[in-house]
Amino acid sequence: MSGVRGRAAWTRGARRRREALWALLFLAPSLAGFLVFTLGPVGASLGLSATRWDLIGRPEFVGLDNYRAALADPILGRVMRNTVTYSAGTVPLLVIVSLALAMALNQPIRGRTLFRVILFMPVVSSTVAVAMVWRWIYAPFGALNALLVSVGLPVVGWLTTTTWAMPAVILMSVWQSVGYSMVIFLAGLQGIPQHLYDAAAVDGASPWQRFWRITLPLLSPTTFFIVVMAIISTFQVFGQVYMLTGGGPAFATSTIVYYIYERAFLALHMGYASALAWLLFAAIFGLTVIQLRLQRRWVAYE
Amino acid sequence: MNDNRRREADYRAARMGLNTPNRRRGVRWAWHRRRVAGAEGAVAVSHSPGPGRGTQDSWAIAARVALYAGLSAAAFAAVLPFLWMLNTSLRTLNDVIRAPFGLPLSPRWENYPAVFATIPFGRAYVNTIFVTLVRTLGVLLTSSMAAYAFSRLRFPGRDAVFALYLATMMIPSQVTMIPTFALMRLLGWRDTYQALTVPHLFSAFGVFLLRQFMLTLPVSLEEAAVIDGATPWGIYWNIILPLTRPALATLTVFTFLGAWNDFMWPLIITDSPELAVLSVALSYMQQLSHTDWPLLMAGAVMALGPVLAVYIAAQRTFVEGIALTGIKG
Repeated sequence: MSGVRGRAAWTRGARRRREALWALLFLAPSLAGFLVFTLGPVGASLGLSATRWDLIGRPEFVGLDNYRAALADPILGRVMRNTVTYSAGTVPLLVIVSLALAMALNQPIRGRTLFRVILFMPVVSSTVAVAMVWRWIYAPFGALNALLVSVGLPVVGWLTTTTWAMPAVILMSVWQSVGYSMVIFLAGLQGIPQHLYDAAAVDGASPWQRFWRITLPLLSPTTFFIVVMAIISTFQVFGQVYMLTGGGPAFATSTIVYYIYERAFLALHMGYASALAWLLFAAIFGLTVIQLRLQRRWVAYE
Repeated sequence: MNDNRRREADYRAARMGLNTPNRRRGVRWAWHRRRVAGAEGAVAVSHSPGPGRGTQDSWAIAARVALYAGLSAAAFAAVLPFLWMLNTSLRTLNDVIRAPFGLPLSPRWENYPAVFATIPFGRAYVNTIFVTLVRTLGVLLTSSMAAYAFSRLRFPGRDAVFALYLATMMIPSQVTMIPTFALMRLLGWRDTYQALTVPHLFSAFGVFLLRQFMLTLPVSLEEAAVIDGATPWGIYWNIILPLTRPALATLTVFTFLGAWNDFMWPLIITDSPELAVLSVALSYMQQLSHTDWPLLMAGAVMALGPVLAVYIAAQRTFVEGIALTGIKG
């Protein structure tokens, strides 16, 4: 009796071991990549942020000096302000325009597929190629200035004046990413049950009231997702800045990731750049936590 | 039971305008729904009693005109930069500056071969296709294998390891970039194809996406295979993978776009022109021919062309895939 139970336990144990071995086999390729290219570098980056290192010599331990230096770095203050300006300029515009487009596409209209295919085209396009096109649009003899001249207005240095460089970068970014948010809003809109609108129509609600009382509240989880993702990605903007302005003029469009790139790979201050990358992580993490707190006030989950 | 889900997906797809022959059943159903909804809307609007009826009809017409006008304006704004690019790429610089909005009546095709004379553009094409292919296949294989282990097999520490995967998804790539760059140097991999591909053969996001999808597949599907003595590999390859196709399509779209358009990593890890991918080659070209706009635009057309062609050919997969990640968060 006890022998039988022991045997059963033994085979069960063997089966468990075999299953764990299979799991290891399935996991091995991904886990190896994860350890070597994510977890390892995360740890190494924390370590590097406590050193001074020019990539060639030996890293020299400096404790928290890099973080102290960062907090006193006037350029970091500047690029953080630029990053916040970029994010604050891009995200609301993105949300409003993409929501309006999604609502228009959610109507029974002809040519919906064609509209959607066109509006989504910038999303799949390479940022570098598209930024080159926009640099030409913004150029002294480019399309935008040609348009201004044709109506009798003076030429504007879109990418060369501190006033206009940031709005120019923002406009290009909104143009490129509107299609993405639009498609996600569209999926969210289609999750709202039609009978709610029917009931509201019977009760005599105006389209305006239906928008504020039904669409917006029921869409709020989608809006929340888009806002969180958009803030994260705007804080990591790089390609547009590199190609359009190179961070200029006079640091007007230098963002945090551009500054990290410049410190690490042009100035070869690897330790300092690692500390900056962690400060970026802290900023993104902090903003996401704040949004998760705030969501209770405005996001309605079913 | 599965039928219901598929119909819902079809319905959503159809409402988004994703009309293709294999979706026909869903389309018809959605069309019916739309008609019913439209009819109810019409009842609510035009059957309201009293003399206001005529003005309400004209309001509805005005609203539709505004709707089409707005959408057309937005679509125009979306394609305008592409048209401007195409137009410039077929003209001379003098011609463009003299008449910015003129048309390329006698197209100057020479701008295109000139791109190949400026930078090794053909090489950049081959590099980009190769790197994109390797990265996409790598991510699909490693992610689906890991996702199978996380969703189907029992082993000690499973949930802890998965939680670790999730936690690192919050960390921006700039954090890991510097140590990875140092590691590539240490291995002597700087400026090699290994450096362009190997660090990107796995994806925590991919594992997460596929695991969530595999969890929704009923276990009963595998039970017969287990009784027949199938190994976990057989179950993964023959049963789970074919059923995971929608999620694999989504991951393919994301990885393909990410790899094809990647810029920062190839920019820092490669130096020689022979290893430049398209995005890096374009940035070189911008530095070399700063304001030779027709040349630069010809390069941009050639860099964007293949992706836009793939996108238009498979637009339903692209849009559906991206919408799917939005819903699942």
